[in-house]
Amino acid sequence: MSEITQEQVTQQSDPYLSRFEALEKEGERGGPSWVFPIRKAGISRFAELGFPTIKHEDWRFTNIRPITELPFLPVLEPSRETISEAALNRFAFAGLEAHRLVFVDGFLAPDLCQIESLPEGAIVGSLAEQLKKESKEVKDHFAGQINGEENAFTALNTAFFQDGAFIYLPKGTVMEKPIHLLFISTGSERGMTTHPRNLIIAEPHSELKLVESYAGLNDIPYLTNAVTESVIADEAHVEHCKLQNEPGEAFHMASLYSHQGRSSRFHFHPIAMGAHISRNTIRTTLDGEGLECVLNGLYLTYGKQLADNYMTVDHAKPHGESHEYFNGVMDEKSHGVFHGRILVRPHSQKTDAKQTNKNILLSGNAVVNAKPQLEIYADDVKCTHGATCGQLSDDAIFYLRARGLNYPTARRMLTHAFAGEIVERIRMDTVREELDRLVWDRLEQMPRLAQTAE
Amino acid sequence: MLEIKDLKAGVEGTSILEGVNLSVKAGEVHAIMGPNGSGKSTLAQILAGRDGYEVTGGSATFEGKDLLELEPDERAKEGLFLAFQYPVEIPGVNSSYFLKAALNEVRKHRGEPEMDAVEFLQFVKEKMKLLDLREDFLKRPVNEGFSGGEKKRNEIFQMAVLQPKLAILDETDSGLDIDALKVVSSGVNRLKSQDNAQLIITHYQRLLNYIVPDYVHVLYQGQIIRSGGKDLALELEEKGYDWINEERSQPA
Repeated sequence: MSEITQEQVTQQSDPYLSRFEALEKEGERGGPSWVFPIRKAGISRFAELGFPTIKHEDWRFTNIRPITELPFLPVLEPSRETISEAALNRFAFAGLEAHRLVFVDGFLAPDLCQIESLPEGAIVGSLAEQLKKESKEVKDHFAGQINGEENAFTALNTAFFQDGAFIYLPKGTVMEKPIHLLFISTGSERGMTTHPRNLIIAEPHSELKLVESYAGLNDIPYLTNAVTESVIADEAHVEHCKLQNEPGEAFHMASLYSHQGRSSRFHFHPIAMGAHISRNTIRTTLDGEGLECVLNGLYLTYGKQLADNYMTVDHAKPHGESHEYFNGVMDEKSHGVFHGRILVRPHSQKTDAKQTNKNILLSGNAVVNAKPQLEIYADDVKCTHGATCGQLSDDAIFYLRARGLNYPTARRMLTHAFAGEIVERIRMDTVREELDRLVWDRLEQMPRLAQTAE
Repeated sequence: MLEIKDLKAGVEGTSILEGVNLSVKAGEVHAIMGPNGSGKSTLAQILAGRDGYEVTGGSATFEGKDLLELEPDERAKEGLFLAFQYPVEIPGVNSSYFLKAALNEVRKHRGEPEMDAVEFLQFVKEKMKLLDLREDFLKRPVNEGFSGGEKKRNEIFQMAVLQPKLAILDETDSGLDIDALKVVSSGVNRLKSQDNAQLIITHYQRLLNYIVPDYVHVLYQGQIIRSGGKDLALELEEKGYDWINEERSQPA
């Protein structure tokens, strides 16, 4: 790397480094002493990487300059702003029959949480609290999957995180009701940054249903920089739905790291509807035979929004099955990005990996960049990928019109159906039904879809 | 009901229809036969309002209205129905949702009250029996994963539900085995009344054993070169399209 570039990196990271030094002096906020070296490693990693530019291959289509130009104001203490229980109703899934954890500006808000009796040994609560307890599970798994991570935002999260959810299901525990994690940003100041950090551990034969949703109170440029680590042991089943519905000026960077054991099942449904710029990074390690991993995402953008989906599916053992289905609908000048990398390691024979990315551009000014990437080092595998991008099918529109439906109705019906393909794969009934309505309403807000004339 | 006068049309400068004349009245069944490339499907598509064809001359009126001026959905609401040669698969659009929306559009246009979900279900169940369709049919996405026969039955089922004045059946027989052909044609026959009309477009005479036309027209190189009764179809089957062609080329 040339000297100049290094200097630029340093300059750019300066406010972050000095903020970290301050945090270091504050002691308490850094959490328990065993966590501090991990934070330090995080900030050094961040200093090393610097914020990515569009010259970086993984960030070619996503220019995060608007984020780096913001003042960096990490939230390091709980907000004074209180949210009433009634005010929660405006947020998605607030009425869901679920165990609920609410985080305001990245800190657990105990008054808003609703945790009913949990199965024996199960833990659903604050990560900060668990870190203090120094339990074996936490020490074994916290920051266990981010070694060598190239994503500067993850490093930044590790340096500055304050709280997030900790979910632990002991062996054989089946959670009947979903767990809902609601993250609300007050957005009190431009540049306000929260670093939610979640750790989920599903021990062998356990079953977890999880909903994670992000929203904000004020529509100003703030940043949510979230990291979730999921450990899914042998034969465990996890279904995880993530709804990103931040206000239109906000930024949302989120990374999910999941590690799956033998015969486990992980279904992840990231739905991106909000934020000015958002990126959902997924890195799954399929580390066992006979497992199944389904990444099923939807992104809906309009105005100047950008929604980026970046994933690496790492087939580390033979006989693994992975499917990625990502659909995007882009209107106006908005921008969708799909980057799906499938890695099949040399011994991972009989891998079955499928990837589909489909996009509909409702406007001539909308853009999508799709980059499928297969890296296959085993010779007896089934891997397919396909990406499509376009307008709605003329044949389908004519067919509907020939039955008496006018053009706007036909277009609307087909667009809803396209988004519905993803929503239908959600198995949690109540979650799917609510999301179906949310997606419907969101699509109806798309300017071109709302048009009644041709 | 349908009056086509000297209709000329083509695609991107290539002329396909070279002056078609046809008059269809209520209560009649017409068959249009012709070899591949004669313009049969083009005629059907133009009547239904498909984009991409250029009408260069002549006229088509439907119930006194200038058909060519109407949008495809307006034609459907006026009572024109095209049973597609290749019905389109529409993933994610539930058959029942689609058909209920279409039916209510048509009903609104006719000044009839819209049907709610319960009324709709009762109404379509009768029609499903007509086409020997299974109950789960309505829950499936439109045409998705349907066999060729199922797709064609679905077309006629939609025709039964929408009750058009004029149904154009574009090669409905193609790709059907004999059992499916019988189901489809008996459905079509039972939908026949004194108030509606059918225009059957086909390459082969086979379908006309089951749906007996009052008139048969031969479309050849973009023109109707011969019209007659149902016997004309048999004659064509026997002698082939070359027969008419040869007959025409002989000086009168």
